[in-house]
Amino acid sequence: MDYPLLLTILLVAGLGMIVLYSAAGESSSAIVRQGIRLGAGLVAFFALAQIPPRYLRLWTPWVFVSVLGMLLLVMLVGDVRGGAQRWLDLGFIGLQPSEFMKLAVPMMVAWFLHDRSLPPKLPQLFVVVLIVAVPALLIAEQPDLGTAVLVVAAGGLTILLAGISLRIIAGLSIAALVASPVLWMFMLDYQRTRVLTFLNPWEDAQGAGYNIIQSQIAIGSGGTFGKGWLNGTQANLGFLPERSTDFIFAVMGEEFGLVGLVTLLLLYLALVGRGLYIAAEAQDTFTRLLAGSLSLTFFFYVFVNAGMVSGILPVVGVPLPLVSAGGTSMVTLLAGFGILAAISRHRKLLAP
Amino acid sequence: MVRAQPLKDHWKEQRLFLSRVIAAAVIVTLLTGGLIWRLVHLQVVDFQRFSELSHGNQIDIAPLAPTRGLIMDRNGLILAENVPTWQLVAIPEQIVDLEAHLIELEKLELVDPADREVLVDLVQSRRRFEPVTLANLTERQAAIFAVRRHHFSGIHVQEGLIRNYPYGAAAAHAVGYVGRISQNDYEEIDRADYAGTFQIGKTGIERAYEDHLHGYSGYQEQVVNAQGRVITDWSSNPDAALEGRLPEPGRHVVLALDIRLQRVAEQALEGLRGAAVAIDPRNGDVLTLISTPAFDPNRFAIGLSGAEFAELNADNNLPLFNRAMAGRYPPGSTVKPFYGLAGLHYETLHVTEDHFCGGEFRLPGSSRIYREGPGGRHGEMTLHTAIVRSCNVYYYGLAVELGIDRMAEFMTAFGFGARTGIDISGENPGLMPSREWKREYFTTRDQQAWYPGETVSTGIGQGYTEVTPLQLAHATANLAARGVRYRPRLLVATEDTETGEANPIAAEPLAPIADVSPEHWQLIHDALLGATTETRGTALSSMGGTTYTVAGKTGTAQVVGVAQDEKYDAETLDEQFRDNGLFLAYAPVEDPRIAIAVVVENRGGGGRTAAPVARRILDAYFGTEEYVADLAEF
Repeated sequence: MDYPLLLTILLVAGLGMIVLYSAAGESSSAIVRQGIRLGAGLVAFFALAQIPPRYLRLWTPWVFVSVLGMLLLVMLVGDVRGGAQRWLDLGFIGLQPSEFMKLAVPMMVAWFLHDRSLPPKLPQLFVVVLIVAVPALLIAEQPDLGTAVLVVAAGGLTILLAGISLRIIAGLSIAALVASPVLWMFMLDYQRTRVLTFLNPWEDAQGAGYNIIQSQIAIGSGGTFGKGWLNGTQANLGFLPERSTDFIFAVMGEEFGLVGLVTLLLLYLALVGRGLYIAAEAQDTFTRLLAGSLSLTFFFYVFVNAGMVSGILPVVGVPLPLVSAGGTSMVTLLAGFGILAAISRHRKLLAP
Repeated sequence: MVRAQPLKDHWKEQRLFLSRVIAAAVIVTLLTGGLIWRLVHLQVVDFQRFSELSHGNQIDIAPLAPTRGLIMDRNGLILAENVPTWQLVAIPEQIVDLEAHLIELEKLELVDPADREVLVDLVQSRRRFEPVTLANLTERQAAIFAVRRHHFSGIHVQEGLIRNYPYGAAAAHAVGYVGRISQNDYEEIDRADYAGTFQIGKTGIERAYEDHLHGYSGYQEQVVNAQGRVITDWSSNPDAALEGRLPEPGRHVVLALDIRLQRVAEQALEGLRGAAVAIDPRNGDVLTLISTPAFDPNRFAIGLSGAEFAELNADNNLPLFNRAMAGRYPPGSTVKPFYGLAGLHYETLHVTEDHFCGGEFRLPGSSRIYREGPGGRHGEMTLHTAIVRSCNVYYYGLAVELGIDRMAEFMTAFGFGARTGIDISGENPGLMPSREWKREYFTTRDQQAWYPGETVSTGIGQGYTEVTPLQLAHATANLAARGVRYRPRLLVATEDTETGEANPIAAEPLAPIADVSPEHWQLIHDALLGATTETRGTALSSMGGTTYTVAGKTGTAQVVGVAQDEKYDAETLDEQFRDNGLFLAYAPVEDPRIAIAVVVENRGGGGRTAAPVARRILDAYFGTEEYVADLAEF
């Protein structure tokens, strides 16, 4: 077992619980629920940590295809909640297949590139792009821009790690820039508003800009050492929206200040570092790419959420990993870390 | 995996991957650095600004209304005070069925059924936790509600202060009243100072001395949540060192008014349309200022409905009209002492000779007859007897010799035709006619000319001349003080609410009438004393048997002109066209301390109607038994 990994995860999750208790209005039931989610996540973590990576590799196409099937099913019979069709109602639990794609896509890309020589050639790249784009478009259609972006990120990061040439990266970046007006045209109104709001939140301080302004006020007013646990006025008096989910980073900033946020970011950095170390130590292409991509995707999560809450990125519905209240995200993340732990555990057995 | 693949170069691939991982680690570190840089910017560089924004978010300022100063009469009796009131309020979020509650409250006669729709609207439009006032309750109503409180969830009784005028209508016009702050009021006041106040002085003293009475609002910061609800159990917050400032209460206002005298005047004028003003000639103190019928100012303080106000406004007796200051009346014979003094002062031949009164007067070369009053023929008249017996014919002749120019000049010195400058608003300037006035007022050349006949009418206080009771009292005070003049005033002092320290206001002298010789003053004083004491004096019947000396002059003024060949017959005239009675007086004659003017509308001669009112005020002032008995009431 990779104890440094597990210990850091538990530290972050523990810190998260403390913040969540305050963010949820000193509600112990919120903590209990989050504890149950953490427990379920840890079960997934330990289960996946036991699976030798080569079995995982063998199952990958089946996993990918079945998650893709679930996505299609969501499109047809999914539950509509909050204007988006994201959930599969299994009777006892609501399942969000798009979450699983965050794992399935990097696995599939790694699987596809495993046998092939790196860096990938152009035709292979085309296939990889399909592997990423099909589920991403399905998810964007729900619409769930946040998860779609994360899925693209997971796939894209895998390709980057696979050693794709810098020229292609440059070319793609330019293509993306050129394509952005097209993307703008395809965006929904609320998505456009978010981008505009990001560019100037004070334009509509009581409306669209309210969340982001209140969140920056929360963080800024925390100062160096914060207002103290349970003393965040922005959070506890209801000025901060979504304070136990997407904006919990701001609650932490308000109550624990710069010191608290830097501590949290350093813990995240340690997790990412550990993950990259595991990737560097991994023995075959599949595990390497997968470990690297899982670690970087995790960081992408952190960066997008913290960047959004602190006002340097537009508002995208991405929870703060291991801290935000929410079940699916917690389980998926810990499952990912379980895979990392498995890779870490089995690297020596596969040494050449 | 049977596809043909180029051989994997494991060493090369691992190196490539490692370089990518290192690059990724560097980028991750840089991005984290970028985040931290942003956080430092928010939390350290801009900390002050965000801290203030956060503070502003959660702190709401609750205004604290100052307590309005009291209004007291010259003896310290309270004319306006603040008494506890009970307001029935509804808190929307606590109410299940508002309509049902309202119907129940209507049955208990606590809420007006006419208001139901408005109240339902009001409750629905407010924020869920903000109390909505349903009605003002009397003490009895509050008690009725108190025992049934458990039937009404979400309905509460809130205590507050309301203005109360213990003497009701007696001082309504002088003291005035407060009412809800209107849009117009808001344009004239500092809104911040009235943040917690919902009423403002509307008329009289309440309005004129609003600045003194109101005081200054205080405030208390309170913690609110995002919906604006006040959070009371928020103690752990370091930001919430709540600040506040106590309101500064208004100052008490002490009036020259003597409410006991005012009450006596109110009783004397009961059932009459009229006014009485009493002034201390030595300093301009307005001891009494009353206009009847009046109204109960407490109804305004509680809040008058539109219908109630319309009813008051439509009353033919004009209770809202302040006759004492805004009523314009022909002064009638009350002008005679003034013109008599003018005759002496300008050394007219007329006052040096005796004149025969045959009951009528004709201008040379005119057929128009100017009649004597109901007294008929007076016979031989001197200035003294013409005042004592109020002879018109004597004055017709005097007026002709004086001429309108000198008459206007002399009367203006006594304040006729101009506002006296009393310290509450609503005063009418009255009218003292002159050639200039006619030229300016009329448009056709015909009307603009001054005719000799008009001088004749002016000589007995008819024609164009109009005075307010206040003006007449003021001029009487000037006469009593032999030309020493003070601006009439109601305010004599303000008083600090907390220390009780009084700040007396000095009396304000006006330009005196200095060039009239003492003998002339004396002659007029003697004649006015004669009017109340001599056998044929017009005021003898009403002023007989006083314990003090009193100078007086009656006046009877026609409201409508009577044609040449008609006789005035009170019986056949509509009440509103009957004569007005006037009376002026001061006492004691040797050292006057009180000067009075009384007007009674449409009840005939001043000697019968107005003089008795003055008598009762004077008796009260000089403390006869009747007055002492009256005092026991208060």
